[in-house]
Amino acid sequence: MDTMTEGNILEVRDLTVRFMMNEGTVHAVNGVTFSLPEGKSIGIVGESGCGKTVSAYSVTQLLPKTARVSGQILFREKEGTITDIAKLPVDGKEIRRIRGQEISMIFQEPMSSLSPVHTVFNQLAEAMILFQGMTKKQARERCVELLKLVGIENAERRVDEYPFQFSGGMRQRAMIAMALARNPRILIADEPTTALDVTLQAQVLSLIQEMQDEFKLSMILITHALGVVAHMVDYIHIMYLGRVVESGPTLEIFENPKHPYTRGLLNSIPKLHGKRGQRVSSIPGAVPSAYSLPEGCVFRARCSERRSACMYEIPRRIQVGSEHYVSCCLYDGEEDQYAANA
Amino acid sequence: MLRYIAKRLLQMIPMLFLISVVSFIIIQLPPGSYLNTLIAQMRTQGDEINMEQVEALRIRYSLDKPAHIRYLNWIKGIITEGDFGFSFEWNRPVKTLIWERLALSLTVSVSSLLFSWIIAFPIAIYSAVKKHSVADYSLTFMGFLGLSVPNFMLALILMYIASVYFKFSVGGLFSPDYVMAPWSFGKFVDLLKHLWVPMIVIGMAGTAGLIRVLRNNLLDELEKPYVVAARSKGISPVRLIFKYPVRLALIPFVSTVGWQLPQMLSGEAVTATVLSLPTAAPLLLGALRSQDMYLAGSFLLLLSCLTMIGTLISDILLVIVDPRIRYE
Repeated sequence: MDTMTEGNILEVRDLTVRFMMNEGTVHAVNGVTFSLPEGKSIGIVGESGCGKTVSAYSVTQLLPKTARVSGQILFREKEGTITDIAKLPVDGKEIRRIRGQEISMIFQEPMSSLSPVHTVFNQLAEAMILFQGMTKKQARERCVELLKLVGIENAERRVDEYPFQFSGGMRQRAMIAMALARNPRILIADEPTTALDVTLQAQVLSLIQEMQDEFKLSMILITHALGVVAHMVDYIHIMYLGRVVESGPTLEIFENPKHPYTRGLLNSIPKLHGKRGQRVSSIPGAVPSAYSLPEGCVFRARCSERRSACMYEIPRRIQVGSEHYVSCCLYDGEEDQYAANA
Repeated sequence: MLRYIAKRLLQMIPMLFLISVVSFIIIQLPPGSYLNTLIAQMRTQGDEINMEQVEALRIRYSLDKPAHIRYLNWIKGIITEGDFGFSFEWNRPVKTLIWERLALSLTVSVSSLLFSWIIAFPIAIYSAVKKHSVADYSLTFMGFLGLSVPNFMLALILMYIASVYFKFSVGGLFSPDYVMAPWSFGKFVDLLKHLWVPMIVIGMAGTAGLIRVLRNNLLDELEKPYVVAARSKGISPVRLIFKYPVRLALIPFVSTVGWQLPQMLSGEAVTATVLSLPTAAPLLLGALRSQDMYLAGSFLLLLSCLTMIGTLISDILLVIVDPRIRYE
């Protein structure tokens, strides 16, 4: 029997995802571990290609058939029993129930993530009629209510329109409504604002936050912008090339970043009160190919503090604070130090 | 919607006029007329050619009048009395020749079209969903085989099978007893018994191509984000595939389905000749060869009409299946 830490609704342990392609094997996610406490929100942050979206998709088994997933994805049901999502049959009844009633997703591209030939009502009501046993009329009322809630005006009329009649921001609002329509317990938002205008980003993010409070959701927010998640999430997980390199409470990560990559990310956020003419710093080099991972520490090539040990050893996950972990050989031995202090 | 259809129908009138002029000109283009064919025929049969008789025929068929007068008379007959003129070769009014032929053509074509859809749709969907599987490759292989075997070849093979193993009278659409008989239930049953050979032969040709097109359309759609998003709602895989990607994959297909209408009536000429089917295509072919001008002209006119109706049907269907397209 699998066990989970008290208070966690989701625990992902040692998640590994590989894609079997004609050109070779892509090591998209290599042993990712994170947990989502009930009612809290976590941010998964990293550059594109770091495996953050793939990790999120594996939570509800949405990856294409070429993906090979291993590890555990433990989900605590309402009744308290624990389900390992990684072991559920593909597209089987169980995972469909979880998708339909427990874990909802908001996708990156509101333009293409809605079917162009079905009305908003049709797409919104689908899960309600299927899983909540609503009649069409009940579903309609609920749809209008939800659309109003996410800030769409004239909801009674717009519910019968097609997605192409909606603007980008409205589509993302409709998508949020669609995720909420399932009364989920977990909301996964995969870069929900990347495809939107800057002016809309803040609106949509605050809407997501309001909805999280309103529906008492546990949330996973995936983004490449550390600044975006700062005020929205309780915990941050920094990913690099398929691994979580650092994780901890948001404040801790911002005030006391340990991993050289995290520090690089924080330095690359432009500062409002920076000196005139000061350049925004960037991390040198590019992300190595996921087809052939380097040995040892994957960040080694771009790290300003690399040592000879980084060549051979895959860094261990080291506890450096009560909930703060880092995977970097700079902190070898600090675990004992932390344990001794505690 | 109704206004749109009415507008489109009105637009068809000048188009039809132009087409009728062009088809009439085309029929007149080859030197000589049906009379030359008649004279040549009589000569080969060793008959004495009576120039007076030929002259009488020329006057009777108004071949002595200039082309534009003949055209006007022809069009006037069609509009006022539904009279498409007189077929020289058959020595009968055109209207008594074409309608039954057209009806039979339509029967053969619609049944082969349905046959090819029934075969192609499930195969295409299965192939796309299970792409790169053994089944996909075998079906693709068979599809290409179907695509490359000429129709008349298949017609000959099926005729052989039908006559040797099933003891059917092959060729044509009716048994000898029923060919001249008026329509009755017995004749209808007899038609059904004969219909399957042309249905398979003509249907097969389109099937292979249809499978390829549909499979590729569907493959394009299967990986789209809206499919993943719909999947994330917990819908069952079968419902998901039919409601979303199949629906979208059908759009390019629907937009061309109307073009099949004229294709249906003239496309199967070779097959119809091999199977000696009493359909429109062999009649049109014969009329063009013997310069049976009113018969050929009427056929061309009707085919153009069908092309326009087919395009209109396609456009209407497209508006129905794709809400992004709006009629003004």
